[in-house]
Amino acid sequence: MAMLEVKDINVYYGLIHALRDVSFEVNEGEVVALIGANGAGKTTTLHTITGLLPSRGGTVTFEGKDITKTPGHAIVRLGMSHVPEGRRVFAGLTVRENLKLGAYTRPKSEWEASLREVYTRFPRLEERKNQPAGTLSGGEQQMLAMGRALMAKPRILLLDEPSMGLSPLFVGEVFKIIQEVSAAGTTVLLVEQNAKKALSIADRAYVLETGRVSKSGRAADLLNDDAIKKAYLGE
Amino acid sequence: MSFLNHLISGISLGSIYAIIALGYTMVYGIAKMLNFAHGDVIMVGGYMCFCATIYLGWPAWAGIALAIAVCTVLGMAIERLAYKPLRMAPSLAVLITAIGVSYLLQNAALLIWGSSPKMFTSVVGGQPIALFGGQIMLAPVTLVTVLSCLVIMAALVLFTGHTKMGTAMRAVSEDKGAAQLMGINVNTTISMTFAIGSGLAAVAGVLLCSAYPTLMPTTGAMPGIKAFTAAVFGGIGSIPGAFVGGILLGVIEIFAKAYISTQLSDAIVFAVLIVVLLVKPDGLLGKRVSEKV
Repeated sequence: MAMLEVKDINVYYGLIHALRDVSFEVNEGEVVALIGANGAGKTTTLHTITGLLPSRGGTVTFEGKDITKTPGHAIVRLGMSHVPEGRRVFAGLTVRENLKLGAYTRPKSEWEASLREVYTRFPRLEERKNQPAGTLSGGEQQMLAMGRALMAKPRILLLDEPSMGLSPLFVGEVFKIIQEVSAAGTTVLLVEQNAKKALSIADRAYVLETGRVSKSGRAADLLNDDAIKKAYLGE
Repeated sequence: MSFLNHLISGISLGSIYAIIALGYTMVYGIAKMLNFAHGDVIMVGGYMCFCATIYLGWPAWAGIALAIAVCTVLGMAIERLAYKPLRMAPSLAVLITAIGVSYLLQNAALLIWGSSPKMFTSVVGGQPIALFGGQIMLAPVTLVTVLSCLVIMAALVLFTGHTKMGTAMRAVSEDKGAAQLMGINVNTTISMTFAIGSGLAAVAGVLLCSAYPTLMPTTGAMPGIKAFTAAVFGGIGSIPGAFVGGILLGVIEIFAKAYISTQLSDAIVFAVLIVVLLVKPDGLLGKRVSEKV
C-alpha cells in the first residue's frame, strides 16, 4: 500500500474548478515530483493534502489513515511536513525561533538535539540563528523553511517550489539537500516548475495540466518523453 | 509642585489606558481585528467587582478575581460567537460586528443594573501618602495602578517573547497558514488572546472605577476609545508601544486639562495623535519588518 494516496480530489475556488479528480500516490522512500505549468494546480494539491484547503469529494490517505477531514494543525503530528510556496518563514521571529516552531508538536526536551542536526545540515542557519528571518536572503530563507519542516522529524516531506526565485547556486544546493533528506529515509513529494531539475532527482513524476493529471510515469522516462520535452523542458 | 501632582495623576490614568491598550493591541496583533467591544468588557469587569463587594460583601480580592474570571470567559465567548464565524469575512463586517457587540454589552448592562450611576468603592483602601511636607499627595490606588501596569507589561513581554505559547502567538500574528503547518491550532491561539486581553480589561475596569468611582453602562466606552488611540499612538500590535502610548496619552490628557482647558482636553489628545501619525504613520514604536522576497 502506498504511503500517501490521493484519490479523486476536487477543489473549487468559488466557481472555479481548480482540481478535477486528481489521483496519485507516493510510496515510502520515493521522491515523487509533481510538475506542471503555472496555475496547473500543483500548490492547490499540496494545500489540500495538508488541510489548508477543503476537498469536495475524494480522499487523502496517509499511512492507511484517512486524513481528508483532518484539520491542518493536526497533520504535522502524523509525520507530514509541508514547506510552503514562497517559504513563508516568520519574518519577525529569529531563525532559532522559526526552527523551534517547526518542532512545536514535539516534546521540548528533544528540541536541542534536532536544532543541532539542522545546524549541521545548514551551517549558515547557525551563523544567523539570532537574526530575524526576514533579514535572510531568499536562498537562506529556503534553507530555513526546509530546516523548520525537518524539525518536526517528518516521515514525508512536501516541498512546494523550493527553487523558485533562487540563484542557480542555491538551486543546486536545494536539490542536493532534497537528495540527502531522501537518502536519510524521508519520503519526498516535490512540486516544481523547474521540471528538468525535478525529474533528474525524482523516482517517479506526475504531470498536472489545468487541474488534471495528464501524464505519469518514471521520471527517467518522462525526461525523454517528446511531449514533455517540448512543453516543460524547453527542448 | 502642582506640576508633579499632575504628572502623577497623568501617569496613573495613563497606566489604566496602557492596560486596556495592551488588550487591544494583542487582539489586533493576532486576530488582525479591532475589538471595539473591548472597552465595554472593562465596564462588565467594574460591575462584577461592584456586585461582589457591595451586594455580596465579598473581600476586594475576591471581587477582582470574579471580575477577571467573568471577563475572561466573556471575551472568549464574544470571540467564539461573534467574530469566529467571520474569520474569512471582509474586515468591515468584523468591525461593524464589534461595534454591535459593544452596544449589546452596554444595553445588557443598562437592563441589568439600570442607568443610574453606582458609587464604586475603591479596592485599595488607605490614606494618601504625603510627600515633601504635604505638597505631593500620593493615593495608594495610584501606586497600585502604576505597579500593576508595569507588572502586566513585563509579564506580557516575557510571555510573548520567551514561552512556547507566546512564540506561537507571534507566529499566528504573522502568518496563520504557516503557523497551522507548524501544528499550531490557530483557533485556540486566537481564543487564548481574547482570554488574556479580556482578563486585562477586567483589571483595568477595577482600577479605573477605583480611581474614578462612578460606574455606569457607558463607563468603558470613552476609556476604550482612548486606549485604542493609545495603542495606535504607540504602534498597534506592539506591546511596549501600547504601554508608552497609554502613559503618554494619560499625561497629555491631564496636562491639557490642568493647563489649557478641561473642555478641550479630549480634542487636544486626539490632535496630538493626528500629528504623531502624520509624522510617523506606524506609531511611536511601530515597526516595519523588512522582508526579502
